[in-house]
Amino acid sequence: MTIMSKTLSHLDWLEAEAIHIMREVAGQCSNPALLFSGGKDSICLLRLAEKAFRPGKFPFPLVHIDTGHNYKEVTDFRDKRAAELGERLIVRSVEDSMKKGTVVLKSPLEPRNKHQSVTLLETIAEFEFDACIGGARRDEEKARAKERIFSFRDEFGQWDPKNQRPELWDLYNARAFKGENIRAFPISNWTELDVWQYIEREGLELPSIYFAHERQVIRKNGLIQPITDVTPLKDGEVAETMVVRFRTVGDITCTAPVESGASTIRHIIEETAATTVTERGQTRLDDQTSDASMEQRKKEGYF
Amino acid sequence: MGAIEHIQDHGLLRFLTCGSVDDGKSTLIGRLLFDTKTILVDTLNAIERTSKKRGMDAVDLSLLTDGLQAEREQGITIDVAYRYFSTGTRKYIIADAPGHEQYTRNMVTAASTANLAIILIDARKGVLTQTRRHSYLANLVGIPHLLVAINKMDLVDYDQATYEKIKADYLAFAKQLGINDVRFIPLSALNGDMIVDRGERLDWYDGPTLLDILEEVPCAHTDRDERFRFPVQFVCRPHDSANPELHDYRGFMGRVSSGVIAKGDTITVLPSGATSTVKDIQLYGESLAEAHADQSVTLLLEDEVDISRGDMIVKSDAQAQVTKQIDAMLCWLSETPLDKARKYVVRHTSRESKAILSGIDYRLDINSLEQQPADKLAVNDIAKVSIKLAQPLAIDPYTENRATGAFIVIDESTNNTVGAGMILQGRD
Repeated sequence: MTIMSKTLSHLDWLEAEAIHIMREVAGQCSNPALLFSGGKDSICLLRLAEKAFRPGKFPFPLVHIDTGHNYKEVTDFRDKRAAELGERLIVRSVEDSMKKGTVVLKSPLEPRNKHQSVTLLETIAEFEFDACIGGARRDEEKARAKERIFSFRDEFGQWDPKNQRPELWDLYNARAFKGENIRAFPISNWTELDVWQYIEREGLELPSIYFAHERQVIRKNGLIQPITDVTPLKDGEVAETMVVRFRTVGDITCTAPVESGASTIRHIIEETAATTVTERGQTRLDDQTSDASMEQRKKEGYF
Repeated sequence: MGAIEHIQDHGLLRFLTCGSVDDGKSTLIGRLLFDTKTILVDTLNAIERTSKKRGMDAVDLSLLTDGLQAEREQGITIDVAYRYFSTGTRKYIIADAPGHEQYTRNMVTAASTANLAIILIDARKGVLTQTRRHSYLANLVGIPHLLVAINKMDLVDYDQATYEKIKADYLAFAKQLGINDVRFIPLSALNGDMIVDRGERLDWYDGPTLLDILEEVPCAHTDRDERFRFPVQFVCRPHDSANPELHDYRGFMGRVSSGVIAKGDTITVLPSGATSTVKDIQLYGESLAEAHADQSVTLLLEDEVDISRGDMIVKSDAQAQVTKQIDAMLCWLSETPLDKARKYVVRHTSRESKAILSGIDYRLDINSLEQQPADKLAVNDIAKVSIKLAQPLAIDPYTENRATGAFIVIDESTNNTVGAGMILQGRD
């Protein structure tokens, strides 16, 4: 018997799966959006969207929910990348929700990550999006490991982990009633290392803070915290200058850099393959609060 | 192991672990992740803390796969979880399916994308009803490779006779099910014997370790000579006024489900029957001489043919059957029983059709494998049914082609996925 099916390399397989998922979103949903933050995972999503839909336009706009606490290097990159692609970028800010009164901060400099959910849901309602494509990966966190590739959210944006739709073969069910929403995760099956390898293979450009640079930081609770306008030094604290890079970029108040001299993608891949700490464990200040904090946020509408 | 060698790889293997509550499934997965150095320090610290909180002395590796809050509270796994690890040569996706009786649907879900199943047997208990159930389901869902792992060998003093007895018992019933391709391995997940390392207590076993088997198994979804199937997902018509070259561009976008297509091949569009020739195969501006199974590409045709999402492109000399009536094995996934009087939606490849589940031939008792008469189906039931469709589908029997033989059933009143089907045959 002839062996007809050649084996794809693991990156080719992951890419082909992600393209298939994006085309399913486009084929099944009438008004989807792609969540693009300027971070490495959503940068991969954009390349996958190009591979899925070029020479056509993307059948969805790019959407960013800005906490107002993002590194300028990242938001500048976001705008530049969207312009290069010639695709529509919609930015909505947590600060808009604060002005409206739908987000109320307990203190002015508190982390705004959880408040993103409110603004995201308001944006979904404003544009009547029936699906949002996001760059979440199952290797990031325990709750995500059980989430479907097409994840259903009710009209409050809630994820119900005990009542997920069965997802079999590659037959995705993106049906939703008006007001409900589907979150689709094309790179669910990718790991952090896969993402870096894909960035290298495709020669994708990244915001500069992913590479080694000098930064004013302090060490706190085993993490490195950057000193910025929104995370100033407290009384008695002394900053130090360190060569760092970001493994993940997000809200300034809850994303920590790592000590690293890696200045090329190759160097980062070597570090990633040899690392002993998970991406979230090392860099996310908001996941350490409780064993179930990601699950809790997702139930409340976080993507 | 050089980190960079990850790039030169032997592809990606998806496998499934099935076992019942106490036969050490989570420990096995934990052991695979631990011994391949996939578990990172902070994750290990977290499960150490939890192990201590629960009053355990040693680190409980099974906690690695304990995902959700509700599961941690109840101490059981309630949903399929996906885990990832990578060796120097291959990337792995593990689907971890809970083994409880009420979760047949989870096992079918996990099995649907797997290329290999590890069926765990507790060496002290031997072949149990659930072993039969898991094997039947793995076979029904068409997993090409079965591996029976006889675990907890440490608790039977690594006794070869015990292993051989279980192997003989298993082979006897596998024959009844028509399972031919099955391998066996003795192991102790707790002590790590024969998982990644051989250990020192199973000298009488001279076969490969579990990881060696995983590294060698062909990871293409099948080694059969499959026919070319290309369900169209999306039609690309750029309408770019700035670029006149794109004016007549019509690209048919999809993922090759099976087989191979090359430039110049004669194709037929189903269900319409229109024919044309492949002018080009594109991926992101690049022109490919051919495309094979699993690749997502864009096909361009010589002729202007009316094709839309839901149509299937096949080679003209190897067509699929186009039919509005099918016989299938159906696994019911919903708490709401199947209602024969209602209309459902069947999703097959990229196509949907209204459907009536007009007849239940029999319900299968998953424990005794007896065929019983039935009038309705409840959650976790498996039955042979006949289905009438409003729209024609281009199908193959599931045993010949998983991609064009599979379908899901959707309840339009809730939009839920309520059934998973495997086509036996189409009727004219």
